[in-house]
Order: sequence, then structure tokens, then C-alpha cells
Amino acid sequence: MSAAALEEVEVDYAGRGRALGPLSLTIGAGEVVALVGPSGCGKSTALRLLAGLEPATRGQVRRAAGRGETSVVFQAPTLAPWMSAGANVALPLELAGLPRAEARARAVEALSRVGLAGTADSRPAQLSGGMAMRASLARALVTQPRLLMLDEPFAALDEITRRTLADDVLALWSQTRPAIVFVTHNVEEAAYMAQRIVVLTRGPGRIAGEVRVEAPLPRPAGFRTWPVFTEAAEAVSALLAQGVEAGS
Amino acid sequence: MSRLADAFAPLGLILLLLGAWELACRLTGVPAYFLPPPSQVAIAAATGLPVLAPAAWNTLSVALVALALAAAGALALAILVGLSPLLERAVRPLASALQVTPVVAVAPLILIWAGIDHPERAVIALAVLVAFFPIFSGAVTGLRSADPDLERLFDLYGAGRLQKVLRLRLPAAVPFLMEGLKVGAGLAIIGAVVAEFAAGSGGVRGLAWQILDAGNKLQTDRMIAALVVLAVMGVAVHAGLERLETAGLRWWRGR
Repeated sequence: MSAAALEEVEVDYAGRGRALGPLSLTIGAGEVVALVGPSGCGKSTALRLLAGLEPATRGQVRRAAGRGETSVVFQAPTLAPWMSAGANVALPLELAGLPRAEARARAVEALSRVGLAGTADSRPAQLSGGMAMRASLARALVTQPRLLMLDEPFAALDEITRRTLADDVLALWSQTRPAIVFVTHNVEEAAYMAQRIVVLTRGPGRIAGEVRVEAPLPRPAGFRTWPVFTEAAEAVSALLAQGVEAGS
Repeated sequence: MSRLADAFAPLGLILLLLGAWELACRLTGVPAYFLPPPSQVAIAAATGLPVLAPAAWNTLSVALVALALAAAGALALAILVGLSPLLERAVRPLASALQVTPVVAVAPLILIWAGIDHPERAVIALAVLVAFFPIFSGAVTGLRSADPDLERLFDLYGAGRLQKVLRLRLPAAVPFLMEGLKVGAGLAIIGAVVAEFAAGSGGVRGLAWQILDAGNKLQTDRMIAALVVLAVMGVAVHAGLERLETAGLRWWRGR
């Protein structure tokens, strides 16, 4: 069973030409997939196609997840500054028509699940960068999505916060097992978090190759020293180098 | 020490200029109808206060009513325009044309429409006209200022048009609205005064009428006293709104 699939999709932007494709990609239910590629290869575009935020110029986009079952986390926390963290997290539920009190209660619970207990009344401006990102993650998880999209979610954070968040995302994944697609240009991050890494060529992005990481998820301690991790990272780097040549 | 100096610097300059003015009047013996010394202006202001204060309130209340009307109208139109790009293209040139037409030039027409018995309505209408544009323009910009990714999230969560306006675009526009209101308030006072001048010595007895009346009688000290009251009022309104804006922004940002 697949959570979402792209079939021979192409995306053209007016005035900029081809941005992506032709590209075919199937995301299995509960699968964690990383999209890796050089800047401007269209990986964020692919993500928006899978999320249903943008139509494909040609080809088919199939989505099993219905309305309210897809969540997106962007590179910036994208929290509304005029609302408290709790109200921000409750927003998807309130827009879906849930009574305010129940939405707020579930938001408080989602915040504590991402390690932000007691911050429901804080404003985004009062949170650190890592905390704001966690709040953004809580907002994505509060609807219990079947498909979770992360668009370079940790790119603006420091290395330590980034590593902690990677483990936290995987721990959260193991609770409800949504399909996760995340875009990154960090090879180590992809090899650490994903079961399958899809490498795209230089723009317009096509698939340069795939790497599977056969290891338990969430990752055991010290996973970064395992041969399977380093081999996967090497394989992804090699595919990236090939993709850049192929694109030129 | 330096903060104290900062606070007293403008006061010091004013005192210095007033002193020079007083001295120059006494030394040259220039006639009072041409340039009265500041001491005489002060006396005129003090004795004229029972007349000047209600006149100032008259002008200020007209400006505030006009500001409220302009704000309500501008916000409503901005929301409509935000919902329909076609409407925006239709409204823009008209709004710009209204904005660049000097209010004095429009005044006689509005006075006719308001009717000879209701010049105060014309004054309010003209002040609304002047205050409208900065508020409208700020609101339109503000309603478009929401983070595009946040807009995408609202789409993803299936928010309707109205929900997007009420829960995303309007709150995102608040800083722009406050800026527009601040500029609009200053313009509303200017608009009220200009409109009073245009209405002439009719039934509207604001500060402008005081200036006109004193000028006709060559009571230059009364004229300057009214001008000073007008300036002080303008400064007070601006300072008040500036504080309100700072507090509003702090509340909006939560910091």
C-alpha cells in the first residue's frame, strides 16, 4: 500500500522552464524517505506535489492521504507571531472544525510530546529556534497525519539541536508510523533518518538512484559509527556526484 | 546626565528662540499687529483659553470622527479588494486619483453637496478623504503580508476564504494597520483644518476659524496663540499614537 505516488510527473514554471521531472516515486505507507539533491533540483517542488499543495504540469499525482491527513513542516517554523504556541498548534484542528477547548487540549498534549510541556502560552518570539521548530513539528503531528512532509526542517539549526531533533522525529514516528518524506541536502542526515534515500540529479531533477539503509528505526545509539551508515552516506555522495555530472 | 541633556535640548532651543524673538521685538519696536512679542502671545493665549480650548476640541473631535470613519471604510474596502484581485485592479487608479487631488480643490464641491446649513459635515467628509488613503494602502499591503508558507498551511488544512481573512490575513496586517492609522490621524487633523479654512467663517468654529477671525481683525497675537495650540495638539496626538503603536506591536509580537 502506498501513501502517495508521483507517476512520470513534470513541473514547468512560467518563465523559468522545467523545474522537475520526468520523475516517478512511490512512498509506501509508514515509510521514511529522504529526498536528496543539489540546490535547485526541484526537491521542494516534489514535496509540494506529494503534499497536494501544487499541481503537476504533466503526469499523475496519487495521494492516499485525504484532507487533514497530510502535514508539512517548512524550513522556518512558520508560526503565526500573534498567536501563542498552543493556539498555533491547535490551529489545524480548529480549522477542521474541532471545538476550541478540545483542540487546545490536544495541542497541549502534542506540545508535551515534542518536549515542549508548559510552553502553550508562550509566543513564538519567546521560543528559541529549536523550540520553535519543535512547536512546528507539534502542529504537524497534532492531526495524526498519515503523510508527514519535512522541507529541510533542520537546516537553520545548530548541529547539536539538529541531531537531537532527528532522534526525536524518529521516536515520534515509531508511535504512530506515518509515512515521512523529508527533503535535505545533508547526506549524513539523510542516511541517519531515512529507510530509503532518493537522490535527484541537478535541476530539472530526475532520479539519479536510490539507497536503502537496512537498519533498525529509530536508530540505536552510536549508529553513526556503523558500517551500514557510513556505506549509505558514501553511496549517496557517489550518486550525487554522478547526478551533477549527468545534469550538466 | 546625557539623557537629561537630551530631554532639555529641545526645550533649551525653544527658550533661546523665544528670548531672541522677545528681545528683537523690544529693540526694533516693530508694531504688534505685524509681530507681537511672545509675552503678548502668551497673554493672548491665556486670556483666550476659554475660546481656544473648545475650538481645539472642535477641530480634534472632527479629526477623530473622520479618522474612525476613514479607518472603517478603508479596512472594509481593503478586505473586499483582498478577496478579489479584479476589484483591486478596478479600485487602484480611482484611489490614487483621489489621493493626489488636493483637498482644498475638492472642498468647494463637498461644501455644496453638504449643504449650506451643514458645513461641519463637509469638514468631516474632507478629513475622511485625506485620512482614507494611507490607511487603505497600509491595509492592502498588510493583508498581503502573511507568510506564504503559512498561507500554504491554511490551504492544506482546508481553510475557507473567510477563515483565511479572519484568522490569517487580518491578524498579519495589524502592524501595517497601526502604521496607517498613525499617518492617517496626522492627516485627518490637517484635513480638518484645511477644510475649515475652505468652509470659511460659516458655522464651523474650530481652530482654523479662530485663526481666520483673528487675522481678519489684525489680532496677530491671537492668531499665533491659535497656531501654537494647533501645533501642541498635533504633537500630543502624534506622541499618543506613537505610544499606542509601540504597545500594540509589543502585544502583537508577544515581546
